[in-house]
Amino acid sequence: MAHGASAVDTQYNYEIVKKFAIMALVWGVLGMIAGTYIAAELAFPFLNFNTPEITFGRLRPVHTTLVIFGFGGSALFATSYYVVQRTCQTRLHSDLMANLTFWGWQLSVLLGVIGYVNGYTQGREYAEFVWPIDLLIAVTWVIYFAVYVQTLRRRSQPHIYVANWFYMAFILATAILHIFNNLAVPVSMFSLQSYSAFSGVQDAMTQWWYGHNAVGFFLTAAFLGMMYYFVPKQAGRPVYSYRLSIVHFWALSFLYMWVGAHHLHWTALPDWTSSLAATFSILLLMPSWGGMINGIMTLSGAWDKLRTDPIMLFLITALAFYGMSTFEGPMMSLKSVNALSHYTDWTVGHVHSGALGWVAMVSFGSFYHMIPRLYDTELWSKKLVYVHFWLATIGIVLYITAMWVSGIGQGLMLRAFDDYGNLAYTFIETVTFMHMPLATRMIGGMFFVSGILTMAFNIYMTIRTAKKEQAEIEARIAARMAKAGV
Amino acid sequence: MKFRFTHESIEINAGLLIALTMVVISIGGLVEIVPLFYIDETIEKVEGVRPYTPLEQAGRDIYVREGCYTCHSQMIRPFRDEDLRYGHYSLAAESQYDHPFQWGSKRTGPDLARVGGKYSNDWHVQHLKAPRSVVPDSIMPNYPWLSENALDYSDIAGKMRALKRVGVPYSETDVEYEQNVDKFGKEMADMFNIHRAQENLLAQAQQGNFDGDRGKLTEMDALVAYLQMLGTLVDFSKYDEGYFTEFR
Repeated sequence: MAHGASAVDTQYNYEIVKKFAIMALVWGVLGMIAGTYIAAELAFPFLNFNTPEITFGRLRPVHTTLVIFGFGGSALFATSYYVVQRTCQTRLHSDLMANLTFWGWQLSVLLGVIGYVNGYTQGREYAEFVWPIDLLIAVTWVIYFAVYVQTLRRRSQPHIYVANWFYMAFILATAILHIFNNLAVPVSMFSLQSYSAFSGVQDAMTQWWYGHNAVGFFLTAAFLGMMYYFVPKQAGRPVYSYRLSIVHFWALSFLYMWVGAHHLHWTALPDWTSSLAATFSILLLMPSWGGMINGIMTLSGAWDKLRTDPIMLFLITALAFYGMSTFEGPMMSLKSVNALSHYTDWTVGHVHSGALGWVAMVSFGSFYHMIPRLYDTELWSKKLVYVHFWLATIGIVLYITAMWVSGIGQGLMLRAFDDYGNLAYTFIETVTFMHMPLATRMIGGMFFVSGILTMAFNIYMTIRTAKKEQAEIEARIAARMAKAGV
Repeated sequence: MKFRFTHESIEINAGLLIALTMVVISIGGLVEIVPLFYIDETIEKVEGVRPYTPLEQAGRDIYVREGCYTCHSQMIRPFRDEDLRYGHYSLAAESQYDHPFQWGSKRTGPDLARVGGKYSNDWHVQHLKAPRSVVPDSIMPNYPWLSENALDYSDIAGKMRALKRVGVPYSETDVEYEQNVDKFGKEMADMFNIHRAQENLLAQAQQGNFDGDRGKLTEMDALVAYLQMLGTLVDFSKYDEGYFTEFR
């Protein structure tokens, strides 16, 4: 065994995967706690405690940055480095460069959130990082691209496996989005403040082109890469349809880039742009569901695994949520639906059915599959995986139903008129109405946080056990060698 | 043997895969974003819209710093309920000097695009310090530090210079100043003179007395000055109902 493990160590760079995976869990726990806390602030505003650093406005980007870039980003680095090595059957290019991506990324996330609580922000959603951190991210990303491409080039297989296409598209698209959306002029070399190169309507369009494709490529395409590797692996079956994955890939990559402007329906953005975005949003339903079907049908003929394998439960439930939110998304991008849903919690609920249901669940499933293999051991407790699954699922369901009530409720109240043609409700009456759903959402968040804490404990015990096993084996070998007089 | 292009050709060639992916992901953004910079009708031709004064810009920076955009939009949509609640729908022209835009995406609180002039300065100060003292069911955080923190305006000229580089017509030369006089009138052109930034900022704060305390220049002064001008620049009575729809 010891020999096997060390052979794997030289064949693949697992150290970097381990580091990113552990940090994904650390950021995940912190980010989800931050999310639950700001949810609580909305239900019980005294929790802002008159303290600038923890007011909702400053903590909200902390939450989004920690979960998207800290948790999601680190999970993508970890799994992409794992998948590219396994599918190309070669070692990751340059340990040094891989380590640079690790430190560059972790530092960006850490400095970013320290900045936000102290009021340093660019004030554009999901692109709040101040300019020096944007530069650090850009450099890190170029290195990431280089590591990835160099590893692909030394593959010992002629074919590049489909999961890598998705990871590649994610790396390329994120680079383009990040660079163009963050074009800005700093106040001075020594000031953290900068002003966006664009203004008003162009700035809004660029930002939502970025914002929605952060969803499209960062939170979707890349996690589909994860899906295309871990679902077939865990199921022990090939992908349902290779042809479908080809269509899925090109259609998704092409269509996503058009849809950002559906965040700007009925605004001062010209109608032609938002109509185009709505049209492509509806088209996008097809590749999205193509991908979902391809993933779920991979299990065809092995459905019984859902009864016996909690990891499979995570992966398939993630795909089901992916299907649900990629149906809800196009629906909300219809102008008539958007007129009601925009600016309300319905959007927040939609984001979370994608982020918790799809992104987090598929990451959890993949991690439960991958981490024991990295450490050459078994999961410490399969039962706790079930516990995690149910905590997470109940949490999501509470969350999104609360947000439907809150969002649709507020939307309807705001547009209601009385018999005399006056507004039926003041704004503050809708706020009062939202108290119960907001409190319920907070409880949903608590469930989800308990879930990831359960996972963190399970993974910690798994790694500890693995290290203990390893030490025992080494001690036994040493003893035997001593006995043999070597 | 003749070369036949199949999907397999892409699957075995990383360079080709990357190149084609780049092509496919670039089209959407190019088609939707680039024309917005060139089509004239994107921004309505309308009188009254001007850059922010130094004090207002300082207030806007605080608005961004505190993350107000995470709960408040500044973009009124053309619906009857929004018209009654907030006023005329927002024009693209009205945010043409906004770097960054603050249209927002969520209304946990009401829209602020036309909040200017709706409440008194005193109301804003009280509401920002303790929202529940004026709106009992409000869930907004208290911002007591705004009236405690002295406004740091040491860098205001530098900020205006940076904004000038991204296209806001603040003036540094006589020629630029004269252009501003033609476009915005003498009083405003003086306000947009970068060389007089600090002096202008202090004068406006002194004159406006936004936080109700003339003795001290605070962040509250700047933020309230900003809030009080939001959405007040365009006189909609000057325009025909149908005029703006031509730009949509």
